[in-house]
Amino acid sequence: MNKPAICIEHLDFGYPGQSNLCISNLHLQIDAGERFGLFGPNGAGKTTLMHLMTGLLSQSKGTVHLLGKEIKNHSKTVNGLFGFVPQDFSFYMELSPTENLEFFGAWSGLKKSAIKKRIEELLHVLGLEDVHNKPVHQFSGGMKRRVNLAIAVMHEPQVLFLDEPTVGVDVQTRHAIINYLKLLNTKGTTLVYTSHQLNEAEELCERIALINEGKIIVHDDLKKLLHEHEQDGLEGLFLELTGKKYRD
Amino acid sequence: MMFAMPILLVIVITSVQNSTFDLVNNNKIAILISNKDTGEASTRFIKAVDKIGMFRLQMVNGNDSQQIPERMHAKDALVALVIPKNFSYDLITKAQNVATRSLQDAGVSLDTAKPAPVIVEPITLYYHPVLQQSFRQSIEGAIHSALQVVQGDEIVKNLYFSLHEKQIPASLEDDILHNDIPVTEIPVSRGGSRNIPNATQHNVPAWTIFAMFFIVISLGSSVVREKLSGSFLRLKTLPTSYMTALLSKQITYLGVTLLQAIIIFSLGIWLFPHIGLPKLSLPDDIIGLLVITLICGWCAVSFAICIGVFAQTQEQSNGFGAGSIIILAAIGGLIVPSFAMPASFNTIMKISPLHWGLEAYYGLFLEGGKLKDILANILSLLAIIALIQLITLYGLKRKNLI
Repeated sequence: MNKPAICIEHLDFGYPGQSNLCISNLHLQIDAGERFGLFGPNGAGKTTLMHLMTGLLSQSKGTVHLLGKEIKNHSKTVNGLFGFVPQDFSFYMELSPTENLEFFGAWSGLKKSAIKKRIEELLHVLGLEDVHNKPVHQFSGGMKRRVNLAIAVMHEPQVLFLDEPTVGVDVQTRHAIINYLKLLNTKGTTLVYTSHQLNEAEELCERIALINEGKIIVHDDLKKLLHEHEQDGLEGLFLELTGKKYRD
Repeated sequence: MMFAMPILLVIVITSVQNSTFDLVNNNKIAILISNKDTGEASTRFIKAVDKIGMFRLQMVNGNDSQQIPERMHAKDALVALVIPKNFSYDLITKAQNVATRSLQDAGVSLDTAKPAPVIVEPITLYYHPVLQQSFRQSIEGAIHSALQVVQGDEIVKNLYFSLHEKQIPASLEDDILHNDIPVTEIPVSRGGSRNIPNATQHNVPAWTIFAMFFIVISLGSSVVREKLSGSFLRLKTLPTSYMTALLSKQITYLGVTLLQAIIIFSLGIWLFPHIGLPKLSLPDDIIGLLVITLICGWCAVSFAICIGVFAQTQEQSNGFGAGSIIILAAIGGLIVPSFAMPASFNTIMKISPLHWGLEAYYGLFLEGGKLKDILANILSLLAIIALIQLITLYGLKRKNLI
């Protein structure tokens, strides 16, 4: 059995000024080397949970361990273990992909030679070589998504959190990103992924958790869940377990 | 933009202020004079006005007083003087009365009849409404002094004639009336130097501080952009502390403010003399200048980051940032000198970091002081920096940015 990449126990979290908890008594374990999907309707708490797993938010109760280290009390060195692809484009639009990668690579603690080598690899594998010196604000949505991903994997993290990494991109870019994520996973990177693209999720994820109103309502192997609920695809399972009512 | 605009600002303000200095110190003020009097006293009065050296006289036909408002509207002159028809007669009669009363008081005159009071028709001074009150008062003072000379002359002549029954000799008249005691002007200086302050010495340091604080436009927006774009979020997930990132940002922008100051001072030294402005003289204590420039820059950068942390949008950061700098400059004595501000502002001005920076710069540039002389200003600035940094830290924590 693989050791856990993430272990969450009795997790409670509420935003300041809100009486209801956004995450309530949540338990979850994600094994190292897994391709894990976290799904749920809008406002279910997916992004909040991802922010709690990456230490961007601090829980009011419970524990989150990342590769055996408690996130809440983590020192900045723990941040080197994971990478995070936020939902928004989180980089400097006025800089080129190379400059962004140099900047964030330096902040990840990489040496100059390592940064140079990684930039060459990533620009090649993500198809950004021809535009490596152009300011990112001139890029299409798909190219920006690839830059967003490249920055998160600059330091070759052991765990990669992806918050809707393919939203708003064309089929080609989606295909390239999913293939690259699979490649990373074969090299041992644990993937924790959220998306509303359920077809894509079925293709990528081995295990999933469905989250609704801050609670995990189901958590298991994807194929097993589809079989148990007699569903052909994730969309049917999703609607069966979370209902058809609007959430936003 | 961070360099071009401040440079332009310093050149424009110094040029404008330099013209004002020139207007007061070198240039003469155009004055229209309409003399309706035909006597000799009015001619002497006009000569006395001319002799003051402050005015460029333009005579207007005494019978055509309509010319005055027209020419003043055309800004041919901002001041005009109308001498009434009976000026000479009134002045001479008044002088005779004064002389007679003086001799009666001294018991020299046998005539005991009190002279009849004279109703003097006033001289009229027209001024353009754009003239500031202080400027108008100095013009009025000059006119009164010329009037005093002519009146005094007439009184002395009358007294002399009554006592000696002959005209006063011209040399004695001149000695009595024009034996001015010279006044030497010396600017107070700690170092004993006697450099005359000029528009450059006043304006370059003042507007350099202003330019440094205007970094709030670029830096404040940059912080807001980082917050909105999620770069802050990304930095938070990286193995380096965000405080290190913030410190790096401060050091980088501190370098920018230092460069701004170096460029502006260099222009003051090397460019200004070529465009007709006085040359900037650097203070003797260059270390002191470097220290205060660094601290002013640090304060400007801290303020900009603080604005960026609390602003929700770039528009908010730019609007509030620019507005607050102008207010801080106004209460800090950059726009109106602090000595000219109402007493109620004496406390308020102390909250402006620009005030402390300006006082320190003036201590070095105008008073010839050393680093030790501006320590109080430096400490005040450091206290303000510490306060701003604490507020920034609170904002970062409150917004979950660190």
